[in-house]
This record gives sequence, structure tokens and C-alpha cells, in this order.
Amino acid sequence: MIEINGLTKSFGSLDVLRGITTTISKGDKVVIIGPSGSGKSTFLRCLNLLETPTAGEIWFEGEQINAPKCNVDLLRRKMGMVFQHFNLFPHLTILQNITLAPITLKLKTKAEAEARAMDLLKRIGLADKAKTYPAMLSGGQKQRIAIVRALAMDPDVMLFDEPTSALDPEMVGEVLQLMKELADDGMTMVCVTHEMGFAKEVANRVLFMDEGVIMEESRSPAEFFANPQNPRAREFLSKVL
Amino acid sequence: MLDSIAAWFADFGSSFYDNFIKDYRWKYLTTGLTNTLLITLGALILGIVLGFLIAVVRTTHDKTGRLGFLNVIAKLYLTIIRGTPVVVQLMIIYFVIFAAVDINIILVAIISFGLNSAAYVAEIFRSGIMSIDPGQMEAGRSLGLNYTQTTWKIIMPQAVKNVLPALGNEMITLLKETSVAGYIGLQDLTKGGDIIRSRTYEAFLPLIAVAIIYLVMVLILQYAVNCLERRLRQSDRN
Repeated sequence: MIEINGLTKSFGSLDVLRGITTTISKGDKVVIIGPSGSGKSTFLRCLNLLETPTAGEIWFEGEQINAPKCNVDLLRRKMGMVFQHFNLFPHLTILQNITLAPITLKLKTKAEAEARAMDLLKRIGLADKAKTYPAMLSGGQKQRIAIVRALAMDPDVMLFDEPTSALDPEMVGEVLQLMKELADDGMTMVCVTHEMGFAKEVANRVLFMDEGVIMEESRSPAEFFANPQNPRAREFLSKVL
Repeated sequence: MLDSIAAWFADFGSSFYDNFIKDYRWKYLTTGLTNTLLITLGALILGIVLGFLIAVVRTTHDKTGRLGFLNVIAKLYLTIIRGTPVVVQLMIIYFVIFAAVDINIILVAIISFGLNSAAYVAEIFRSGIMSIDPGQMEAGRSLGLNYTQTTWKIIMPQAVKNVLPALGNEMITLLKETSVAGYIGLQDLTKGGDIIRSRTYEAFLPLIAVAIIYLVMVLILQYAVNCLERRLRQSDRN
């Protein structure tokens, strides 16, 4: 579904990504871990071109997305993104947050978009918050709304950029629970996180990144966490587990 | 005691009569007030429209690198307008640019004050747009909205709300700045009071009356801005 070939990214003289090649297949739940500054967030942001790659190729559903002729806006409709700091729109109600993009892009009528939004809100138990503003929600609720906002576009893949890092500890669970449900529904997910428990339980692949490259890739998370091969990965896991 | 109070009232009464009633002198104030309001309203609209456009050009250039040529023009414009006094701009526009043209003097004042205000409004809007968290633009773009859609639906509503106090301040400044319109022979409120003074040789009453009228207008403006602010703050309530 997504093919990444020799991806590099530099900010000025700083090489953040130094050649990443991997393939993400439909239904994959990929968890990317690594120390801070390893380039994992930049890698994720390159996938929907929030960062423009310096070199290399990214192919999504048979189209090279970092080619000049690619329509970035069309591409992003198919890739949901969830941010560390939620980035809900504070001037809009929860319902408007969710329906803004489908209505503005004329993918759905107002009634259809609202019906779909209410369905999603019911599913996460926040239907009663539809008419309130983001300022009135807790962090966990905000992040769940942000996930639902991305889902309302019916994306083919969901990108998560440290979705629980800005949350109070007691709110991490509810967000991870929702992500697990998404995974169980078969959503393709790429997730940068520090939640090792989530990685063990949900991921079918783990990428360990450091210094802008994938140092270790495992298709068996349980094995990876029990017995990492790469010395950097071992060192990292010994610090966080 | 009573006598002196009565005498003061008699004095005040005759002074009031001389300054405002006699020869319909109050008309200097009402005509002046009408002109002041006309100029302020016209300049306000021109300033906000033009200032907003300049701000969009400047921020679009800063964020995307496009519109380079327009950005240079906009910067030049801001430098010239903010670097020279409004009275000088007013006189240049009236006595130099429109010297040979028969044009309504009120219109000249509206253009002058509008062009001046636009420069300040542009910087106000620009600071408002730049103050919005970049995550808002990223969130909008990541949902598939393009730059223009995200700017209009997500960035602008928040930016306008944030700059409302500064914008209200600029309106008040503009209203009071129009008091220099007398320099091109335009009879605004200040000039109206001044004409009365030159007729009656009394400074106190006409000038105080002019000051009070400005103050009342500013208070009304402030109240209107506060109401608007409260309405737009709806989403911040906890």
C-alpha cells in the first residue's frame, strides 16, 4: 500500500532521515519506536507530505506521491493523521470539527456528514458533546475526537504521531483503547509512540529507528521486545521498559 | 453665596447662547460631526479591506514563498505610510496628487485616512494570522483541505477573533486622527469647534464640547467592540 524507497530528509545541514526503505501493506499495524531525535516523527510526516522529502520515493496506492504532478490534497483525503497536540479547531463545535472537511470538499452533504459524525461520536460515547467546543473537553476526549475527525474522511490508512504523549496518564488508556478497536476493525495504521505495551499488544510490525535509519525491523513484536538483535535497540529498550 | 451661584449660571447661560445658539453656531458642530463620521466610516472600510489584503499577501509569502512581487510592494507601502505623518500624507494627496482634479474633499480625506489606516490594520491582521498555532494549518491540510480552504475556514476566524481588541483600538485611533482634516480646509468636528472659537473669542466651551463629543463616540465604539468580542469568545467558555 505504501512503498518507501531510499527516503532522505535534511533540514539545512542536519540529516534527519538518511535513507529509509520499507513497505507498508494493507492491514499492517506498524509501530515506530526510537529515541527522541531519531527521525521517527519526520518519517511519519513525510508519508503525507507535511514534510517534503529531500530525496527518495514514496508510493501510495500505485502513485508516486512526492512527484511534482501528484495532487497532495487528494492524497491526504486517504491518509488520516492524528497529532500529539490534537489540533482540534477551537472555534468550531465538536460536530463542526468532524464535518468541516467532508462538507467543504463536497464529499458528503451536510446531513450525510452530520449523520456519519454522530455515528462515530456514539461509538466513542461522546455523542452528548456534539454541540460543545473543544475547550470544554479533557485531553483524552480531545484526542478521541481528533481520531474520529480523521476517520470521518474514510481514510485507507491512519498515521498517529505520538497520540498519547501530551495526555495525563489516566487518559492514555481511553485513547489506546480506541486505537485498538480501530486495529481490530482492520484499519492500516502507522503509529509513532512510546507506549510499548500498545506496541506489543497491537502491532504486527515494529520499526526501531535511530539516527535517521531503520536499525531493526521485526514482524514479531513479542520476540523483538523480548530479545532485540540490534545493540542500539537493546540499549533503548533497557531504558524504557 | 446664592448670588454668586446665580451669577455663574447667568454667565454660563449667556456664554452657552453666544457659542452655540446665536447665529445657529451649533450647526458648525453638527456639520463637522457628520463629516467626521463620514470620513471615519469610509476610511475604516477602505482600511480594513486593503489592510486585510496586504496581510494575506504578506503571510502567504511568509508561509509558502509565493507572491514575491506583491510582497515587495506591500512592504514598500508599509514603510512609506508608517514612516511619514498622516497630516503630511493627507496634504500630499490633496495638494499634490489631486491638485489638478476637481474631487470631493471628503472623498480625499477618506482615501488619505483609509490608505494610512490600511498599513496599521495590515500589521494587526498579520500578527493575528501568525499567532495561530501552525498545527491548525497542518490539521486542516492533513484532512485534504487546500491552503486557501484552510486559511478561510480555520485560520482566519481564529485570527480575526484574536485581533479584535487591537482592531478596536485602531478604529478609535482613526476616529481621533481625522481631527487633522482641517489642514486641507475640510470642516470636520474639530474645525467646527475652532470656527466657533474664532467667532466668539471664547475657547473653553467650544473646545470642551468638541472633546465631549469625541469621548462619547469613542465610548460607543468601545461598547460595540466589546459586544462583538463577547459573541466571538463563545467557544472559549469552559
